[in-house]
Amino acid sequence: MAAEGGLPIHPMDQFIVKPLFGDGPVYWYTPTNVTLWLMLAVLAVGALMILGTRRRAIVPTRSQSIAEVLYGFVHNMVEEVAGHDGVKYFPYVLTLFLFILCANVLGLIPMSFTTTSHVAVTVVLALGVFLGVTLIGFARKGAGFLSMFWISSAPLALRPVLAIIEIISYFVRPVSHSIRLAGNLMAGHAVLKVFAGFASVALISPVAIGAMTAIYALELLVAFVQAYVFTILTCVYLKDAVGDAHH
Amino acid sequence: MEGELALLGKYIGAGLAAFGLGGAGIGVGNIAGNFLAGALRNPSAAASQTATLFVGIAFAEALGIFAFLIALLLMFAV
Repeated sequence: MAAEGGLPIHPMDQFIVKPLFGDGPVYWYTPTNVTLWLMLAVLAVGALMILGTRRRAIVPTRSQSIAEVLYGFVHNMVEEVAGHDGVKYFPYVLTLFLFILCANVLGLIPMSFTTTSHVAVTVVLALGVFLGVTLIGFARKGAGFLSMFWISSAPLALRPVLAIIEIISYFVRPVSHSIRLAGNLMAGHAVLKVFAGFASVALISPVAIGAMTAIYALELLVAFVQAYVFTILTCVYLKDAVGDAHH
Repeated sequence: MEGELALLGKYIGAGLAAFGLGGAGIGVGNIAGNFLAGALRNPSAAASQTATLFVGIAFAEALGIFAFLIALLLMFAV
């Protein structure tokens, strides 16, 4: 890998998976910076929801109102997009949303590690959604689930072609679902580090630092929007599995 | 020499693959612009369609992300 791009900070260095203790090789059980920040994200979700709703006051405290707003936001989204039958799977969708949101926002802390910028992390989330939706679809509709590939409103001659396209697009879902999240975060954080590299040149450092501040604000938005997009697509996929067959 | 030529091809290929993201940019801009045009004509219906807006943006962006993936694969995996 040619690392000498002239930049003092290599923009991709921040994504290196390192063991937490020592410099040994990384096995599947080695505690690394990824496991640390994944665990912190889980703890953050737990703290937000458990501590926030512990005192259940009628006039909510700050943490309780954050928990309530997030809960209501995701509940509305599931009900609107996945339909009334999809509300059964609301806990899973809320867990996904909060976990991705916390991992994204924790990754924005300077010197931290963005776990969701790794495809290995997001692909597990996306495969979980893919397998879950497929299983729910077959469990609820049986072989009728396959009718979503056979578009009865299209002309008969076109249906086999459309079926092939639909099947390909169905199996590409986990790929695009996971790469979208990882790619957006990785690109954003790499841009941040590129501007951080520019800041070491005295002539343009004020511009670079100003640009970094602006991009950081944008990244905060991206962290939220990508969590939202991941969840809303989960709801769209869920709708295929639980939606009514007769309209 | 052989290795340097392969490296050259790799970097040129990665750069060309990044062009695909331009298409995603056009697509996302098109969706957002049309949404805004529609929303200004009928602002009362706009709020209920934001979910559709984001789904549309996500699907348009997915294809650009594939191009980005190819660029990354060329840079770091090939």
